[in-house]
Amino acid sequence: MRVREEPHKRGFWALLGMSLCAGVDPAHAAGPMYYLQSFGSRGATIVSLTWGLFILAIVVVVVMTVLVIGGVFSRRDPTPRAIGMPIPVTRGEGSLPWIYGGLILTAVILVAFVVWTVAAMASISAPPTKPRVSIDIIGHQWWWELRYHDGDLSRSFASANEIHIPVGEPVGLKLTSGDVIHSFWVPALSGKTDVIPGRTNDTWIEADKPGVYRGQCSEYCGQEHAHMAIKLIADPPDKFKEWWDNQLQPAAAPVGKEAKAGEQQVLIRCGICHTLRGTPAGGQVGPDLTHLMSRTTIAANTLPNTPGYLSGWIADPQHVKPGNRMPRLDISGTDLALIRSYLLTLK
Amino acid sequence: MSDVSGTVRERLTIGRLGEGNIRRRASGWWGIMMLIATEAFLFVYLLFSYYYFAVQHGRAWLPDELPEFRLSAPDTAILLLSSVAIWFGERGLRQGSRLRLLLGLAVGLVLGIAFVVIQYMEWMSKPFGISSTSYGSLYFTITGFHMAHVVAGIFILASLTLWSALGYFDRTRSSTVHIGVIYWHFVDAVWLFIFFTIYVTPRLGLG
Amino acid sequence: MAVTEYARQPKVETVSEAIRRKLLELWETKPGLYGWIASVDHKEIGIRYIITAFGFLMAGGIEALIMRVQLAQPNSRVVTPEAYDQLFSMHGITMIFLYALPVLSGFSNYLFPLLLGTRDMAFPRLNAFSYWVYLAAGLFLYASFLVGSAPNDGWFNYAPYSSHQFNPGPNMDFYALGMVFLGISTTVGAANFLVTVMRLRAPGMSINRIPIMVWGTTTISVGNLLAVPAVSLAFFLLWLDRQFGTHFFSAAEGGQPLLWQHLFWLFAHPWVYVVVLPAMGMVSDGLPVFCRRPLVAYSLVVLGTITTMVLGFGVLVHHMFATGMPFLALSFFSGASFIITIPSAVAVFAWVATIWAGRPVITTAFLYFASFIPMFVIGGVSGVMTAAVPADLQLTDTYFVVAHIHYVLIGINVFGVLGGLYFWFPKMTGRMLDERLGRWNFWTVFFGFNLAFLPMHWTGLMGMPRRVYTYPADVGWTTLNLITTIGAFILAIGIFLLLVNVVKSLKNGAVAGDNPWDAPTLEWATTSPPPPYNFPVIPVIASRHPLWEDRLQEGTGHSSISRGIVLDSGKEAIATTVIDAEPDLIIKMPEDDPWPFIVTLAMALGFVGLLLNWWWMAAVGGVATFVGIFIWLWPRADLAQRVEPANE
Repeated sequence: MRVREEPHKRGFWALLGMSLCAGVDPAHAAGPMYYLQSFGSRGATIVSLTWGLFILAIVVVVVMTVLVIGGVFSRRDPTPRAIGMPIPVTRGEGSLPWIYGGLILTAVILVAFVVWTVAAMASISAPPTKPRVSIDIIGHQWWWELRYHDGDLSRSFASANEIHIPVGEPVGLKLTSGDVIHSFWVPALSGKTDVIPGRTNDTWIEADKPGVYRGQCSEYCGQEHAHMAIKLIADPPDKFKEWWDNQLQPAAAPVGKEAKAGEQQVLIRCGICHTLRGTPAGGQVGPDLTHLMSRTTIAANTLPNTPGYLSGWIADPQHVKPGNRMPRLDISGTDLALIRSYLLTLK
Repeated sequence: MSDVSGTVRERLTIGRLGEGNIRRRASGWWGIMMLIATEAFLFVYLLFSYYYFAVQHGRAWLPDELPEFRLSAPDTAILLLSSVAIWFGERGLRQGSRLRLLLGLAVGLVLGIAFVVIQYMEWMSKPFGISSTSYGSLYFTITGFHMAHVVAGIFILASLTLWSALGYFDRTRSSTVHIGVIYWHFVDAVWLFIFFTIYVTPRLGLG
Repeated sequence: MAVTEYARQPKVETVSEAIRRKLLELWETKPGLYGWIASVDHKEIGIRYIITAFGFLMAGGIEALIMRVQLAQPNSRVVTPEAYDQLFSMHGITMIFLYALPVLSGFSNYLFPLLLGTRDMAFPRLNAFSYWVYLAAGLFLYASFLVGSAPNDGWFNYAPYSSHQFNPGPNMDFYALGMVFLGISTTVGAANFLVTVMRLRAPGMSINRIPIMVWGTTTISVGNLLAVPAVSLAFFLLWLDRQFGTHFFSAAEGGQPLLWQHLFWLFAHPWVYVVVLPAMGMVSDGLPVFCRRPLVAYSLVVLGTITTMVLGFGVLVHHMFATGMPFLALSFFSGASFIITIPSAVAVFAWVATIWAGRPVITTAFLYFASFIPMFVIGGVSGVMTAAVPADLQLTDTYFVVAHIHYVLIGINVFGVLGGLYFWFPKMTGRMLDERLGRWNFWTVFFGFNLAFLPMHWTGLMGMPRRVYTYPADVGWTTLNLITTIGAFILAIGIFLLLVNVVKSLKNGAVAGDNPWDAPTLEWATTSPPPPYNFPVIPVIASRHPLWEDRLQEGTGHSSISRGIVLDSGKEAIATTVIDAEPDLIIKMPEDDPWPFIVTLAMALGFVGLLLNWWWMAAVGGVATFVGIFIWLWPRADLAQRVEPANE
């Protein structure tokens, strides 16, 4: 049974969360993966609960440490004792009520947090409104396959690694895996959801501030688990529509001899694993490259997407991400230049 | 009677104490109970796995032809009879009859072997193998674990038969017999749970 | 020396030189290699466990230090990703399975008969067997390094990455078979502890007079009996998937990757209580000695121990909060994970109350036991934070959890063990550990540990995921990782100082005497180290603190230690009833026996055969195991397991 929260209740949690990080935008957060502040309503609910628990934890630790240190110092017997010599033994009564008191206090606090927890769970389990945009996210070793939908079947398309969402509205996510278990996580916006083969996990995400949000795979998935990051960009609605329309286009036709020769190279060498819509290249093993240059990073947010890094990656993918599925192809310098000139046109 | 000062309220008196393995007071009796507890939980987890799959996948997970009672029902009866035979033998020992003990153990042993043979026949009759589907994997693994425990039980019964024939036990020095017998009863009881899970629950609508 | 009588009346006498001499002759382990292999003395076996466990602690520590060097800087290339994956997996496996429980088993093995007032464990040969299997399984697991194929999917080994499709090498096979092998040791050890506690206590030691450490190990032994089959089964099913193409965990053909997680956590969550409850028991027994008073709220602490273990079976899904469970399941397990704090808190309050109501005497052991309490609290509250599902969805799989687990594992297990070592080393060796070196050891360990792991909570809150071999320079994790690395090396120096102290004190530490700490329990009523037979006469117990009775004046009467039951017709002990410990039976104990060792070798052969898929070798090993067990269990006249031929 899913509980839907009324908008004003959701607003309360959002306000509380926002107030804990008022005025900050994602670019000035404590760290790109920091999650004690959030930039979306789902995250805000989690943030306030996490802060509540964190403060409780610190208070309890301080109190108990003071009690231990205080007890040792105020009650200790400083008389030097030789080994095996008898030392006085006390009995003393009257401590038991303190123990019961401590237990009751502990129980009351814990029950209060259980109630808070379940309420928070209820408020984040379903999006406040039905999402217009939804993304299928399929985890692979070690990249993210994306399929975007907006309700109109003719306007769906595939992409990879870098995610765009519109600001201010919930986006549905359908998560599954193409191989082993991964976990999808963008800390500033939401908690993790595991990505499991043979199973689809439904969740949602929402950003209330435009900006760039970093994420990372959070379930050990093999050798390059450390290099399976996520870049999520929240666009204002008009920019998002512009981006979507561009993504629907097939791959740009090459202009000029160099680019045409580069296209031939790419089709032959890369088409087995990669798809470029509008060309014969239809490989499903690696990311869709149709709009490669619309992305700011490559290799799952491991390297910036500049001509230099792109060339280095293609020349030797094993150097940056040893063990990943893209082989070293021994491409000559000239061929590499041709490939690069074609790829740079795929905006 | 010698006594030792223990509490203020009473003095602890130590009278004659049994010496060595007396009936069911030997350490080994407690030990086999520990073994039974842990092995019982092994089967709990095996059956949990079965139910996990059955609940997740439903009827489609089960084979088209549900497991039949043709061989499994008589096999169950044979195993139950073997427990009766062994119980009979154990009682005989309590009444001092080595002959009854040997008879009970031997009949139980033979019935146990018959169980294994018939179970093997059932295995051979299945159209699927251990690596055909997840159902096949679970069916053969669950019944296979049970069969392994029956085989271990057969070795235990054979050992008990040998040692009884050598005259090792009487109505007081009988711990070893009780220990082996309770293990056999345990294996029998586990079978009832397995039988219910694999043969009966599909007909009750599970899966 | 066959037993022909079915009953006799045991003598009751005062301790004398004649009794001591006769018992020494009966109980002393045979000399030389044969004695070493065949020994069934629980004290020798306990010390072996402790030494072996510390060896594995060193190995796991070195693995950790290599990882910390790799993580000290971003984009580091000290080790390859594959090597790092094997290191973090083996670090977890070593610490959790080859150190954490075995070291506690070692202390329990050594102490149980001494604390309970008896001569040995209920099954001395099984005891030896549990050690040999532990050693063999540990070597089996570490042999994987020799072929460069150590387990590489973490200690938790999630499917389907552990399947043959994604992990074709022998790494997982080493792990799967090694764990099944090790599980045998854990299970028989648990059975041994339980039967010993239930049957072999000194007369008069009713269950409300049992030391808390014994309660701790007893409780976890029940936990082990019920939980270990889950992990042995999970690993066996994984091995079947990998060798024979069964479909338990692979998503194709109907397999269920999540079934692995369920079976694994059914075991592994109770396991985390298994590796801490006995250490908590050590503190509950040791701290009061240095506070010069009995533990406050003994009964509540016992109930808390048992409740924690029971509830420990009901929170396992909190490791799976991110997998997409239904709302109701999430709420239940979240609530249960909060509530399990309460029985744990009982012990914390009891310890603090004991300090305040006592007169603490500061020694190195006391420092470890007292600092244990804030460490426990830190580990506990970080656990409470992860009990809340929405918070856990952020905290899980980050370095926050790594900080949490190290506070509970090092803060509870290691600090408890180190305190226990300073406390019981005099009893085991007859010499005191050096106090001055002990202070250096303690403060280095304390400072290094906290420097390494306290900032790690923040590393987790900054979003660093677990099990990553490197990280970029622009995410704000660099300084924190460097601090943790420095702390880890300081901790290592602290452990090194401990080793120096042990070696130095073995050679010329101060002589300890019977009771250097003026402590109350039975192990301090005999010599240091104890004779092979522990007590020359079996004592009769009248209270929880036999050696403090006259000073505490609890009004329960006097235990009788120097006058008690003489059992010298061979190796004998007395069995008592479970609740009230009334004398019930005279038990015959086995002589030194090489068969536990031989059966271990046969089993090891079998497992190696399975690993290599050399089925003939596995069959030979299996048959040899059965034959060995058959010979081991052959009813023996001197153990009163069969009728004497003449008596027919």
